[in-house]
Amino acid sequence: MLPQFELLMPDTLPEALEMLADRTPDVRPLAGGTNLIPDLRAGTHRPGSVVNVEGVGGLGGIRQEDGYIVLGSGVTLAEVLSDDLIAEHGGVLAQAARVFANPLVRNRATVGGNLGNASPAADTAPPLLVLGAEVELATNDGSRWVALEDFFVHVCDTVCEPMELITAVRWPLPSPRAVGGFRKLMLRKSMAISVVSAAAQITLDEEGCCEDVRIALGAVAPTPVRAYEAEDVLRGQRLDPDLIEEVTPVACGAASCIDDVRSSAKYRERVTDVLVRRLLGDLLHPDTGGTRCNRRS
Amino acid sequence: MQQKVITLTINDCEHQAAVQSNTTLLQVLRRLGYTDVKSGCEKGDCGACAVLYNGEAMNSCLILAQQADGAEIVTNAGLGTLEDPHPLQEAFADTGAVQCGYCTPGMIISAKALLDRNPNPTEEEIREAIAGNLCRCTGYAQIVDAVQMASERMGE
Repeated sequence: MLPQFELLMPDTLPEALEMLADRTPDVRPLAGGTNLIPDLRAGTHRPGSVVNVEGVGGLGGIRQEDGYIVLGSGVTLAEVLSDDLIAEHGGVLAQAARVFANPLVRNRATVGGNLGNASPAADTAPPLLVLGAEVELATNDGSRWVALEDFFVHVCDTVCEPMELITAVRWPLPSPRAVGGFRKLMLRKSMAISVVSAAAQITLDEEGCCEDVRIALGAVAPTPVRAYEAEDVLRGQRLDPDLIEEVTPVACGAASCIDDVRSSAKYRERVTDVLVRRLLGDLLHPDTGGTRCNRRS
Repeated sequence: MQQKVITLTINDCEHQAAVQSNTTLLQVLRRLGYTDVKSGCEKGDCGACAVLYNGEAMNSCLILAQQADGAEIVTNAGLGTLEDPHPLQEAFADTGAVQCGYCTPGMIISAKALLDRNPNPTEEEIREAIAGNLCRCTGYAQIVDAVQMASERMGE
């Protein structure tokens, strides 16, 4: 049995934003419900009011606009998985969607909800970090775009105020010379929260050296993290097996692993190393392992 | 308590139900007599409560009843009857894919959603499609066989 709460059913986005503002801070938006409903049941969240934003106009759709791919926050993981624009310009996110929970959950879980819930293990976060994504936070007084690096504050905590709603996510169109990949270690083959996840996107210059580099790790720190120092090591260099050996421990330096129900800190540290090494290896052979960002994988 | 009357079309039959803000779709379906929809984990892990919701397979425990106002729902019982079973239901019986039976309605719903968009799935595609449905009896082998058998029979 769920605890009691006031349920508000707005028809439009301005109406939803007004309801959030009126009830702040004792309010939560509800979309797919794949996190919020179990959390309400478990008592993790006890909001007095819940605003249903599922189906509210302006939160759906995937489009290419002014050099960006823009996703409404209500886009589901199933939509991400089947969308041609994302396959072409955000293959690393599609790779993560493929191993996200299970098909029943993917039909409801939304990208905005996965980010807003701010689990350190959120599967959309490392791919969106390496795509250079930003999140749009809106109130009826206006909206702001926040870089995803600045969005997560702590476990289940973000810079999104209770009166703000995540309305969209966008990232710049990757270069045709960008390659990307995502890997996730799970305790079973599906319906499993990541022990560790890792994403990378590297844009090569005309000589084949790493020009633009982004590496991100999930489930190894209180928030999803960028491995900035490892990115610095790779920039300007040609990726080869020796460089992967050198950079992997540097990338793992971004992790601060803890013991939890899925893994000991020690195991997590060991497998982060393995996962990063394999992920970068994938990028050496983008036609077999990684995803060419400018082509369908 | 905030009560609201919602309309649901379930297995082609229109229903109206008074529901609270914290009533889930799973609860209202069972209250209306659709007890083929099973209550398992109630947090989206087991798939026992899966239904076709506007054509897509979803966990009814994760949907608030008021969110579902106006929705079209198909449960396992809506796919066939004892006299005229759906090929999936027949194949589940023929292959022995049912032991305790608790996961079966959800399994058949996920399998139906798969065959609707992919009439000739590979074994891997079948396993992926039922990844959200836990079975604790059969070890999945007969379930995969059943979906394959249904796919073949439906293609004939």
